[in-house]
Amino acid sequence: MSAAPSPVSPAWAVELVGIDKRFGPVHANRDVTLRFSPSSIHGLVGENGAGKSTLMSILYGFYEADAGEILVRGKQVDIRTPQDAIRLGIGMVHQHFMLVETFTVLENLLLGHEGGPVLGPAMERARAQVRELERQFGLEVPLDALVSDLPVGVQQRVEILKALYRGAEVLILDEPTAVLSPPEVEQLFRILERLRQQGRTVLLITHKLKEIMAITDRVSVLRRGQVVAEFITADTDRQALADAMVGRKTSLSVDRAPARPGEVLLSARNVNVIDGRGVTTLKDACLNVRAGEIVGVAGVAGNGQSELLEVLSGMCRFDSGMITVKGQDINPSTKYDAADARRRGLAHVPEDRLKLAVIKEFPAHESAILGYHQDKSLSKGWRLNWKRVVAKTVSLMEQFDVRPPNPHLRTALFSGGNQQKLVMAREMEREPDILLVGQPTRGVDIGAIAFIHRQLVSLRDRGKAILLVSAELDEILALSDRILVMCDGEIVGELSAADATESRIGTMMAGIKDAPATQAVAEGVSA
Amino acid sequence: MSAGGSDNLPWWVTGLLLPAINVGLALAVSALVILAIGEDPVGALGTMLRGAVGTGEGIGYTLYYATSLIFTALAVAIAFHGGLFNIGGEGQAYIGGLGVGLVCLALPGWPWWAALPLSVLGGAAFGALWAAIPGWLQAYRGSHIVITTIMFNFIASSLMVYLMVNVLIKPGQMSPESEAFSASMFLPMMADMMGAIGVEMDSSPLNFSLFLALLACVAVWAFIWHTRWGFALRATGANENAALYAGIDPKRVIVVTMALSGALAGLLGVNELHGVQHRLMLNFPAGLGFTGIAVALMGRNHPAGIIPAALLFGALYQGGTELVFDYPTISRELVVVIQGVVILFAGALEHMFRPALVRLFSRRPVAVSKPAGA
Repeated sequence: MSAAPSPVSPAWAVELVGIDKRFGPVHANRDVTLRFSPSSIHGLVGENGAGKSTLMSILYGFYEADAGEILVRGKQVDIRTPQDAIRLGIGMVHQHFMLVETFTVLENLLLGHEGGPVLGPAMERARAQVRELERQFGLEVPLDALVSDLPVGVQQRVEILKALYRGAEVLILDEPTAVLSPPEVEQLFRILERLRQQGRTVLLITHKLKEIMAITDRVSVLRRGQVVAEFITADTDRQALADAMVGRKTSLSVDRAPARPGEVLLSARNVNVIDGRGVTTLKDACLNVRAGEIVGVAGVAGNGQSELLEVLSGMCRFDSGMITVKGQDINPSTKYDAADARRRGLAHVPEDRLKLAVIKEFPAHESAILGYHQDKSLSKGWRLNWKRVVAKTVSLMEQFDVRPPNPHLRTALFSGGNQQKLVMAREMEREPDILLVGQPTRGVDIGAIAFIHRQLVSLRDRGKAILLVSAELDEILALSDRILVMCDGEIVGELSAADATESRIGTMMAGIKDAPATQAVAEGVSA
Repeated sequence: MSAGGSDNLPWWVTGLLLPAINVGLALAVSALVILAIGEDPVGALGTMLRGAVGTGEGIGYTLYYATSLIFTALAVAIAFHGGLFNIGGEGQAYIGGLGVGLVCLALPGWPWWAALPLSVLGGAAFGALWAAIPGWLQAYRGSHIVITTIMFNFIASSLMVYLMVNVLIKPGQMSPESEAFSASMFLPMMADMMGAIGVEMDSSPLNFSLFLALLACVAVWAFIWHTRWGFALRATGANENAALYAGIDPKRVIVVTMALSGALAGLLGVNELHGVQHRLMLNFPAGLGFTGIAVALMGRNHPAGIIPAALLFGALYQGGTELVFDYPTISRELVVVIQGVVILFAGALEHMFRPALVRLFSRRPVAVSKPAGA
């Protein structure tokens, strides 16, 4: 099924030939050969640790390959630093934007290209050039606004514009849609189309197969550092891509029986959170989660879901309203921190794994007791019983198939998926009555996603209450028995699993309160 | 998974070779400085070495300085693991010493072994309080700990001058010193203790406090790596948000960590006042609080590293004193320069040669400096 390089193309924009790269014992790229044609969008997919990012980092000059060569427009080149890459017309838009938040858009574009000690004239020159680029590619950006005031979608456009301003012919995008709402994704895709029309090459790294199908011309699949398949997008489908990524047959759907909801275990009544700047980040939140059901919370990231999870899990105070955990009421004045929540049988898998759920610098067995270090069973008098902690970690790793199963390895050295499995194992091990889960599969590869989904469903079937926050509509739809939609700090609507469709939720996510199903937006997320 | 770095260097490279290279380079630069003022560098450095470890007396002094440095370096280390850069060891030692002095003055005629626990408590309590205030300001008011601890050094110094000149001074004299403590409570000198078990040792200020310092090393090690509180402290230091998620109150941890740090620094007073000077006086920390920062840095904030680093700096102090005696052209300030150069190379520029060593000793000749993305 791997297609030979198409002979129709006149020349290649970029060729990677026989790229090989090792990090110590890890063979990140093995003899990778990829060719990208001009005027095309080329997708790059693969599980975590398949070597996609390493490969792109080599192309962009972050790493040097141990072997192999890079050709740009047919000429062999030597890329040692990102500056070399930029000179050769290769630009990159990182997953985490590289913008100075306190600068205006124009200042950010100019950064590193000031062309002299006095800024004034350079600014005006840049303004004219940028206007031209904006026209050419349909990239609307307010040049004089502060970056920190712009929504993420626009910030991303600034990044793209920055790359184009530096003369990028080849644009690498690393997981560009992870932070975008469905309408923003559509807008991004229109920009990418435009780039293709104008003869540029776009390399798109993503986990989302739907996006690959929607926008790319060709797609390469990496597994364990090697190119295992190459497809012309029009000739393939999601299932085939997923199978190629994991190297075996996969199932994209989750098998589950209808929920049998019991009593309400967790509820919130008119909960409000006002942050330090006086902005209400959670408005009158009301919800119930019953034993034996999964309640999904859909919404574009940053619309109050994080605050909802943090308030319910005791990490952040609320200003008014009431939370009830297993029949016990909690007011804004009740002492309720994360330790109290755990004591009441509420466990929490937070959205931001590295920021909250684990400590990168700690060995895995120390991350595996985070939040439970006060547990009597892990102590011997005044001392922590490290032998028992390690034994416990080994058993968690076994149950959740964490690889490598080495409890002494530093947490940062595990892949995102394996860190997540360790966190899920830690939080689910004590059979909590209530589980709050945020983005359970963010940055997790397909094999592990299915595993995590099965674990959540089986916890539900054991009669536990689960509140699931996810930016992935597919995930919400696959797992939830009821769906709440959040926008701008408010829960704007509720749908039963049967009524929920992607387009209906999408409309509500945009802040349009419940739209009848028939009136759904024409295309939704596009497909 | 010890306190080592992230690259896979053998332990002896990071633990022995790297410090040896750094110290060697520092001595080479010092030699150039000595040469520049027209003295013989080999002879001068030889004098330093002989002065520090060449005689029984010299060794005693070296260990005596090391004792104080262990206390102040442990103070820096424990704060470091809590994510706090405590620059205020000097002031905390100063105020801690006040606590030691007040306890000793309040217990006339007590035997040393009965007075010691109380003077330790006094020093620790005063030091803890002096450090807990900046800790509280950091945790609850967002004042940066580096700034506040520096300020508290100045406040401590002024406060002590006021107290020594106006309140605690022994009546009928000009020098700002308190009454002497009762002779019965002087801590035993090491030379006397060794003499009692039949070992001949030259007389020096080295006293019982050395055992206290070693005990503190063990206690700090056990606390940081083997208790729930130590776990909470390290979690807060590594990632405050994760600590909050784990049900730890980072603000409380910050205050407690600073208090513990200040308590350790305060124990310097036990060595200097209860052990040697036997009275309250001005300027007894003599910069040992600041040098403790370098010792902790060089000892990688681990007690097992702090002990040898404290010995090295103790030797520099003592050797420097000898140097000034023997070479009239070499002033006290030049010795400070030499110490400064060692601090610069061994402390601040600690990682200068690391990349080179990584290239030399890694199993594969690839330096990984950026995170390998997924």
